[in-house]
Amino acid sequence: MSGIPHDHYEPKSNIEKWLDERLPIVGLIYGTIMIPTPKNLNWMWIWGIVLAFCLVLQIITGVILAMHYTPHVDMAFDSVEHIMRDVNGGWAIRYVHANGAALFFAAVYLHIFRGLYYGSYKAPREITWIIGMIIYLCMMGTAFMGYVLPWGQMSFWGATVITGLFGAIPGIGDAIQTWLLGGPAVDNATLNRFFSLHYLLPFVIAALVVVHIWAFHTTGNGNPSGVEVRRGSKEEVKKDTVPFWPYYVIKDLLALVVILIIFTAFVGFMPNFLGDPDNYKMANPLQTPPHIVPEWYFLPFYAILRAFTADVMVVQLAGFVTGGIIDAKFFGVLAMFGAIAVMAVVPWLDTSSVRSGKYRPMFKWFYWILVLDFIFLMWLGAMPAEKPYSTWSLYAAFYWFGYFLVILPLLGVMEKPLTPPETIEADFDSHYPPKDADASAPAE
Amino acid sequence: MSHSDDHAAGNRRDFLYVATATAGAVTAGAAIWPLVDQMNPSADVKALSSIEVDVADVEVGTQITVKWRGKPVFIRHRSPEDIELARSTDLGDLVDTDSRNANKPGEATDQNRAMDENGEWLVMMGVCTHLGCVPLGDGAGDFGGWFCPCHGSHYDAAGRIRKGPAPENLPVPIASKDGTIVKLG
Repeated sequence: MSGIPHDHYEPKSNIEKWLDERLPIVGLIYGTIMIPTPKNLNWMWIWGIVLAFCLVLQIITGVILAMHYTPHVDMAFDSVEHIMRDVNGGWAIRYVHANGAALFFAAVYLHIFRGLYYGSYKAPREITWIIGMIIYLCMMGTAFMGYVLPWGQMSFWGATVITGLFGAIPGIGDAIQTWLLGGPAVDNATLNRFFSLHYLLPFVIAALVVVHIWAFHTTGNGNPSGVEVRRGSKEEVKKDTVPFWPYYVIKDLLALVVILIIFTAFVGFMPNFLGDPDNYKMANPLQTPPHIVPEWYFLPFYAILRAFTADVMVVQLAGFVTGGIIDAKFFGVLAMFGAIAVMAVVPWLDTSSVRSGKYRPMFKWFYWILVLDFIFLMWLGAMPAEKPYSTWSLYAAFYWFGYFLVILPLLGVMEKPLTPPETIEADFDSHYPPKDADASAPAE
Repeated sequence: MSHSDDHAAGNRRDFLYVATATAGAVTAGAAIWPLVDQMNPSADVKALSSIEVDVADVEVGTQITVKWRGKPVFIRHRSPEDIELARSTDLGDLVDTDSRNANKPGEATDQNRAMDENGEWLVMMGVCTHLGCVPLGDGAGDFGGWFCPCHGSHYDAAGRIRKGPAPENLPVPIASKDGTIVKLG
């Protein structure tokens, strides 16, 4: 890994040299886990490890579940009950897998909002951010298809609604939807391909995670001060960083233990809390449940999808300008995907020269309103599609877009930021003053 | 550019590059197409012929839902009130003025929506034109017709969209009625 100067692996024994000349894998692993990491990282930097753990957990439990599951419309629902009742310990594995998805998304949202606050997306970490957004999209695809597999009522109708989004594309929408479903409606062909892709995508995610880590190992980690590690010499680097192993591995494992205590308590005592009771009814193509609600982690974007109805002025304007090609349905779909797209291009929307939100007095306010807006949208997504919720969803959606498209570009010009610390060492020392007077040498 | 401008051999080489790249692209496309096309409906899924439904037992003011081509079809035996409500609606109040009827294209009048002249029978796909949920029937919603619980689309007694995010009237499939037999497809 290039970037920050640090010690490299030196093979010592003959066997190490023999291997290193043929496959420098030990050096690669050494360089990866010994990477100099800013020493001022706070607890919001633990989510990466939690996410990596979630991915492994989901793959292992998922591979096991696939040994007992049958992807057929007549047998899928029963095979899930077979897992729950008959397979040894099957109930535990399925509950861990189902709630593991929730932990995965909780962690990814905290990880993303950490990045939004500390400006982790800013140069030179745009690629890390974009890869992260692609991972997030893959996660949503995987979670959506996984939710279809138990073939309950919510599985079926969730699949119908979400694939219907593609049917909203003008002209070719119906053909795309039929192609995705493998028939005129969600049926056996749909279930089979979703099973295949649900199995495939986690490995795509794993590969993307490697690229994600590669990218930020090249640029170096961000940190709460937003100041870069000094790279003049190894001595300077040592003042700003500690090696990832053992310092951050131990810290991250402690955090993971705490999170897993909460997680296992959740799985053990309230495994169905986040599930929908309707999904314990087998899929029925002739009856829609009275209230279709996606899983909680999709709710904010679901609320945005529903917010733009035909009576909204921007929708009517879009319809008028495009000669009716963009109707309310397609507008809603564009808004939903657009809500994620504006987040993905945030590196080029944020014009501020200061990276970390800690030193941006005005930004902080707008940021925390965005967090509340996100939670508000999540709540609205679970409410029925009627007034006043639809109106509130509209306002909340406007703030979401306004934050990325208007507030962030303008703030960089209007805001007068505070002065960030000179170095990471100075930031660290201001929190933990050195006890020894000799050690408190000036930062420069 | 310079070498190709100067030498005839360069031009020939450029031609070979383009020809090879084109042949490669066509071959790759031809190889990928089956991988894409396999996801389209298979022969057994497509081989869904028409079905016939006996509606003799469907009382006035009630409806049945039958499954046809994997989707629900509503067959409603409308009451005089339903018909009166649907026929008294001004076309100017409609969101979608197309009849969306495969049998009777034209304006979205109730006459163009119903199966028979008197408007007693209304046959249409039970699939919301928003995102494909099955609307609730039996006079549900604000317009005495159907209401889609997913995102709050209201359809009137002729299955025409009146309020909510759905863009179009519920489509009427190719259908015909002979005695008490309704033939779909």
